[in-house]
This record gives sequence, structure tokens and C-alpha cells, in this order.
Amino acid sequence: MSVDTETVQRIARLARIRIAEEELEPMARELSAILDWIGQLDEVDTADVEPMTSVEDMPMKKRADVVADGNCADDILANAPRREGNFFVVPKVVE
Amino acid sequence: MSELTDLTLEQARDGLKKGEFSASELVEAYLQAIEAANGALNAYIASTAEKALEMAAESDARLSKGEARPLEGVPIGVKDLFATRDVHTQACSNILRDFRPRYESTVTANLWRDGAVMLGKLNMDEFAMGSSNETSCHGPVVNPWRRKGDEAKLTPGGSSGGSAAAVAARLCAAATASDTGGSIRQPAAFTGTVGIKPTYGRCSRWGMVAFASSLDQAGPIARTVRDAAIMLTSMAGHDEKDTTSANVEVPDFEAALDGGIEGMKIGIPKEYRVQGMPKEMEKLWQQGAQWLKEQGAEIVEVSLPHTKYALPAYYIVAPAEASSNLARYDGVRYGLRVEADDLTDMYELTRAQGFGAEVKRRVLIGTYVLSAGYYDAYYLKAQKVRTLIKRDFDAVFEQVDALLTPTTPSPAFALGENVDDPLKMYLNDIFTVTVNMAGLPGISVPAGFSADGLPLGLQFIGKPFDEATILKLAHGIEQAADLDMAPSAWWKS
Repeated sequence: MSVDTETVQRIARLARIRIAEEELEPMARELSAILDWIGQLDEVDTADVEPMTSVEDMPMKKRADVVADGNCADDILANAPRREGNFFVVPKVVE
Repeated sequence: MSELTDLTLEQARDGLKKGEFSASELVEAYLQAIEAANGALNAYIASTAEKALEMAAESDARLSKGEARPLEGVPIGVKDLFATRDVHTQACSNILRDFRPRYESTVTANLWRDGAVMLGKLNMDEFAMGSSNETSCHGPVVNPWRRKGDEAKLTPGGSSGGSAAAVAARLCAAATASDTGGSIRQPAAFTGTVGIKPTYGRCSRWGMVAFASSLDQAGPIARTVRDAAIMLTSMAGHDEKDTTSANVEVPDFEAALDGGIEGMKIGIPKEYRVQGMPKEMEKLWQQGAQWLKEQGAEIVEVSLPHTKYALPAYYIVAPAEASSNLARYDGVRYGLRVEADDLTDMYELTRAQGFGAEVKRRVLIGTYVLSAGYYDAYYLKAQKVRTLIKRDFDAVFEQVDALLTPTTPSPAFALGENVDDPLKMYLNDIFTVTVNMAGLPGISVPAGFSADGLPLGLQFIGKPFDEATILKLAHGIEQAADLDMAPSAWWKS
């Protein structure tokens, strides 16, 4: 198995998804099966190949650095689970 | 007179213009059809009946003044992945519960600009991650098609399962959909409908709930090739709000259907002749080639040597981009929030409860392949393989105008059949995913039936921004096959 339960725990932490103790083992098995199958890419010689950055050659679009939109705090906060005035509310992070 | 819902988009559009019926009558007919079918099919997860009637009234006013826009009064369904202002938009995930965007996606805005009428939001796999619509937080969609003499519930495919089922069951004239690895074309093949994934950049991604940004592309599912062409003409177009939106002219795709396919050169990629492909699929593929020959096209065998690596590379690229895109669901700005005293606990509990099993699996894979020490071995490697896949296509497109392949390795399977085996489920996309990896346009067109009476689709793959050619070819198949693609409306009895 390419992924053990400890690794699942570590990446779940990085991904900010709580995984229950009893889910670690099945998840490790599923992820290992997928990653082992992905391993067939090792057969491909990519030594002198550039990685794809864009499917079509397109120059990156640029625009003038000016305000295009704004003054819409209510729209931005409309779906907030908790708000106070024009602020999102989160649990206390500074003592 | 047959029912108004039996009319194709083209017929509905033309009938409205001639005043044979009103947009309000047409909408009423669809709302009744949805009411009668949705309990059995679960295609719509939100109805916008009131809005539909308002939009239809406006269409009727314009029609009476002779000011009809291209899609005036045509009722369509919208995949739940497109942001629709103040209307249910959830990507069928619990983490977006009660979300009501304060903005409209560019693709839907384009459709409303052209006079289309919104019937409601359509079911899909959660965040478009799935091939059977079984990962939706609203439960699976049921395929309007059944095997002959069998009442087993079949999947309509995914992720655009609601869109495909609604179109097949005549619950909308056409629908919007999206395709990251096959999510338009596979459901279209499973439901006897036409689905086109345009070239990457053809339709704006602005206001679409993001899954894998370098692969996601919007497109229509419709009953006929002409209907798909009409929809795509309205949906496509350059958009300043999407930096990857291509600034290229949008042709009138419907007009492009005229003129035959004589003299075209069509490639048959030998690598798509996979082991274990059902005989009837192989036969259909040959039949398709034969029809093209009879219409004056030349068929040549070609090779795309890196085909088999497209799917494993996809399962690095797509989860990696998904893990990054889905980082935004943090319980702070919108959607679900599970309260906790500590910020990290709040994030972790919110995401644990809000995401379904398949989404978690993919976010974790994505996080793993992007994590320190693994980036080169996985993500960079996959992006290099992607370059090779693109080169394969570039080389064959020097010889041929388009490629013909099956859309899927099999017809629709039963709900629950592949749900415990993620890898088996992923294999549904082996013929479609290469197209996304290379950013090309692909279309699925119904071409026949399996022995037990289920629709089968053929796929054309085209050159970048040459949707016109694959639409024309699909039109050729549609005319040659001349199929009656109406499922028996068992849900009415």
C-alpha cells in the first residue's frame, strides 16, 4: 500500500477535513488503489518533455489596474453563515 | 396535435415565432411534465416556475412586437453548477446548502440575453465529481431509459445526469451542462441525447462552480444536433471576466450544419479499440464509419500512442486542481458552517460534514499529489504526459479533419452497480477524458441501441475551435441512423 493511515491523517490535516478514526483504514486502502493505478505513468518517458501550462497557446490577458467592480459589501456578505456589520465572524484566533 | 414538450428546440423556436402557441403555453406544458415526472426521475432539484412564467410573459410581449431574440421563449434547464442570481445554486453539495449567489454566470446570462426561459436547476454529481449522478446530495437521477422488459433503475450517467435525463424525458427543450472528463458526453450517450463539449476557452467559466479549472468547460445537452448547435451559439463567446476565455469569433453553428461531409478525412484511433469492449459497441463504431463513407468521407486508421495514460494523468490533474479550488469552502464566507471554539476545528468539521465521500477522496488525492516532495513525481509528471497527449492529437490532425470513437465503453449501467469501486467508475471516461486533457472539442451523438434497447453514442473529436466540423459530422450520423430517441414514458403510468 502506497498510503498508510498516518499519511491519510497528515493529508487530511493539510486539507482541513476531519477524518474519523474508523475511516482512516478504508480511506488508506482506496487512496492506495488509486495511486497504485496512477503509478503506470512511470512507464512514460518524459525526460525532455515540457509540462503543459495551457492547452492553447494564448498570451496571458492583462487589463488596466483600475477598480472594475466594488461597493458591494452586502452582496459579498449576503451568504455568510455569520456576520456582524460588514465583517465575517470567525472563532477567536488571538488571545 | 402532439404535446408541446415533444417539439425539438428548433421546432419550438420556430413555432413561437409563427405564433402557433405562446411562450407561456410552452412553459406551462413543461412545468406540468416536470410535475408528473420528477418524482420518478429526480432530474430537477429546484423549480423556478414563477420566474419561468415571468420570463415567458416577457417573451410573449416581444414575440407579439416582432422583436424575438434567437432563443425567445425556449424553456431550458440549468445544471446546478451554474450560478443563477438569487436562485438555488449548490453544485449538489451539502457544503453549499442555502447558497444564493448575488451574480449570474456568463453562460446563463448569455442564454437569458438571447431570450431563453429558465425552468429550474438540474441534479448532478456533487461538484461534478462522478459518472453516475450517485454522488449528488439530492440522490441519484434515474435514467428515463430502461432495459427491454426490465424495470431496474439505470444511471443517466454523470456528472450532468440531471441535464441529460431532463432532455431525454422532455422536461426541458435543452439544458446547460459541463464537462471536465466526460460529464456532458457520457450522460448524453447514456440517455440518447446529443452533448457537445466545446474547445477549452469557447464558453466562459465565470460563475461556474469550479472543479478543475484547466479542464472544465460548459456546453449544451439537447435532443438533436441542430438543437445543440443553436444552444452553443448562444452560450459561447469571449468574456473579460474569464482570463482563459478565448477571444475568437463564434460562428453561427446552426448555419454551419448545411453542406455535407464529402471529402472529409476521418481518423479511427486504434488505441480506442480497448480490451473487453462489448461487440455491439465495436459494431456501432464500424457502422458509424460506414455511414460516413457513404456520405463521401474518407476513413483512415490513426494512432494516438499515449491514450492509455490520459485517465491516470487526469486523476492527478483533476484532483490537484479540485483540492485547490475547493479550499474556498471554509464555513466563513458562504454555505455550511459547523460551529467550533477553534478556527481549525471549525474548518475541519465543516468540510467533514459538508463534503461527500467521493469529493473527500479527490480532495485528499489532490492534496497528496501536491504535497511537499510529491509535486514533481505526480503533478509535474502528469502535466508532461498531458503535453504528449496533446502532441498525439496535433500530429493526427495534420492528416485528418476529425476523429470517430465510441463515447463510452458500455451502455448505461444500473444504479448501485459501480458505486463501491471508484476505479471501475473512473473507467467510464476512458474515451472522453483525452479530449479534456488536450482542450479539444468533442460531441456525442446517438447512433444506435444495445441488444437490450439502450441508447449508444458515438463521439467525434475535432480540432481546436472547429466545433462546426464535428457538429456537421454528428449531423451526418444523426441523419443516417434516423432513430426514434424518445424513451417510453413509463413514469406517466
